[in-house]
Amino acid sequence: MRIVVPIKQVPDLVEELELSSDGTDVDREFLKFVVNEFDDHALEEALLVKEAGDAEVVVVGFDEPDIDQALYTAIAKGADRAVKLTGAGDGPIDGHARAAMLAGWLAGQDADLVLTGVQAADDLDGQLVPLLAARMGLPHASVVVSVDAKEGVARVRQEFSGGASADLEIKLPAVIGVQAARQAPRYASITRIRQVMQTGGIEEAAATSPSGGSSLTVRRLYPPEQTDHAEMLEGSPAEVADRIIELVRAKGLLTN
Amino acid sequence: MGNDILVLAEHQAGSISDITFELLGKAKDLASASGGRAVVALFGSAGLASELGAADLVLTVDDPALEHYTAEAYEKTLAHVVDEQQPRLVLLGTTTAGLDLAASLSQTWSAPLVSYVVGLEHEGEALVATAQIYGGKLMAEVALEGEHAIAAVTAGSFSGEAGRGVGSPATESVSAPADLGAGLRTTFVEMIVPEAGDVDITAAEMLVAVGRGIGSEGDVELVQELADAMGAPLAASRPITDLGWLPKSRQVGKSGVKVKPRAYLMFGISGAPEHLEGMRDAELIIACNTDAQAPIFDTAQYGTTVDLFDLLPELTEKLGG
Repeated sequence: MRIVVPIKQVPDLVEELELSSDGTDVDREFLKFVVNEFDDHALEEALLVKEAGDAEVVVVGFDEPDIDQALYTAIAKGADRAVKLTGAGDGPIDGHARAAMLAGWLAGQDADLVLTGVQAADDLDGQLVPLLAARMGLPHASVVVSVDAKEGVARVRQEFSGGASADLEIKLPAVIGVQAARQAPRYASITRIRQVMQTGGIEEAAATSPSGGSSLTVRRLYPPEQTDHAEMLEGSPAEVADRIIELVRAKGLLTN
Repeated sequence: MGNDILVLAEHQAGSISDITFELLGKAKDLASASGGRAVVALFGSAGLASELGAADLVLTVDDPALEHYTAEAYEKTLAHVVDEQQPRLVLLGTTTAGLDLAASLSQTWSAPLVSYVVGLEHEGEALVATAQIYGGKLMAEVALEGEHAIAAVTAGSFSGEAGRGVGSPATESVSAPADLGAGLRTTFVEMIVPEAGDVDITAAEMLVAVGRGIGSEGDVELVQELADAMGAPLAASRPITDLGWLPKSRQVGKSGVKVKPRAYLMFGISGAPEHLEGMRDAELIIACNTDAQAPIFDTAQYGTTVDLFDLLPELTEKLGG
């Protein structure tokens, strides 16, 4: 069984997001990029499927900031192959274009299962899983929290609001959007990643040119207006703690 | 037809979900401004049409393949209904169904989609959507020009009041796509409803909530100590339960539970829209986060950027823990 895991680099949300000069995108030049956390969960779930049976895990990413590091890390964690799709340009790749180019590459890959993150912090024009599946004519399910794949069928657990979930059986090939892996994504040590980097091993493939983007016109990005900003409690930790206790007590709580 | 707003109804355990009323309220608002109708597409449960009295028209589709939700059967049916109706705008929630279906409809119907929408208004001929992206850190203003568009709306963005209406709406039964049952590759196996959790956090007057900012599993104990000192249960945001640091029953937010305590103390939670959905109705919200720009400070009444590792021991000690 071959499992393909598309990963995407997204701005690290811990950092402040500066805007580009025209105000319609984040300023990509100075931002720190990290793997979309849901993609990290998708990779973990793929590795768990591999460990439970017999599967080859292929990670694929576009030539986005720090993608080499992300691909090497994936190999260090246990992926069998890592592929970088090049030539898609330097700017952001929207979801529709991403799906089109991935579908082009996947056409020659004979993948049984595509596992990727359920969403990303910047997939304004739609999530990769349904875009890709619709383009390829494959069944799909998103918000999945476990995958058990064998012999042409995957049993997945799809989560709904309020904590309910449904078990589904999906004939392969299929595209699955992982919300969370069954266990926390594994960690690859720096030493192991360095070893992998020395042996190389990232394959490169040319991205097909995208046919049609999202046709969305982003007029502007802006930070949320802070109409009801919290009253900030200032002072030493002890002073702030006193204020918090006072506020809670004023609600008639913590009275004894 | 060209000005209609179509809402895909969601239902769970025999009742229409809140998100559907929120979308319907917005659909009525937009449709009345543009001379169209607010139309609801209701699959697999025509009997629930009576809950949709606020709609101008309810289109019902019933088929054995729609008895339980699957992306594949819903996707085909939605494409079929949209193809017949050609609405100006299709509204879905940023729910599991919305995450499954909005983008696939965008692909098959060749209509632009905006996700994570929190605002939607007419501006002349164009529709302008406001979306909240990058974990709530940025808003995007997007123009939806052209004949058709799709919006996936974050729950809680619009009031559900206007979408709730009594009385029988006009209904029309639409036949399912001809080949619906045949060739489906997705089979529903069973529904899993969680057993009652170890603690019912929805019943608590006070909650202490912990998020990603705690950093490591061992340090969850620091927050637990405060919770114990307060006599409050410990709640969590999604990253914490995903990592298995706390049981799923403690998760507040979109895929967890909705809580409405009298006091909600948050440590290391940035305030992603998914979490806000589950706690914004708490009476008193106090947030501790070292990032002064964290979106949670737009929802909390009180905030502090004091490091939680300094603040937690102080609080616990003062409360005699």
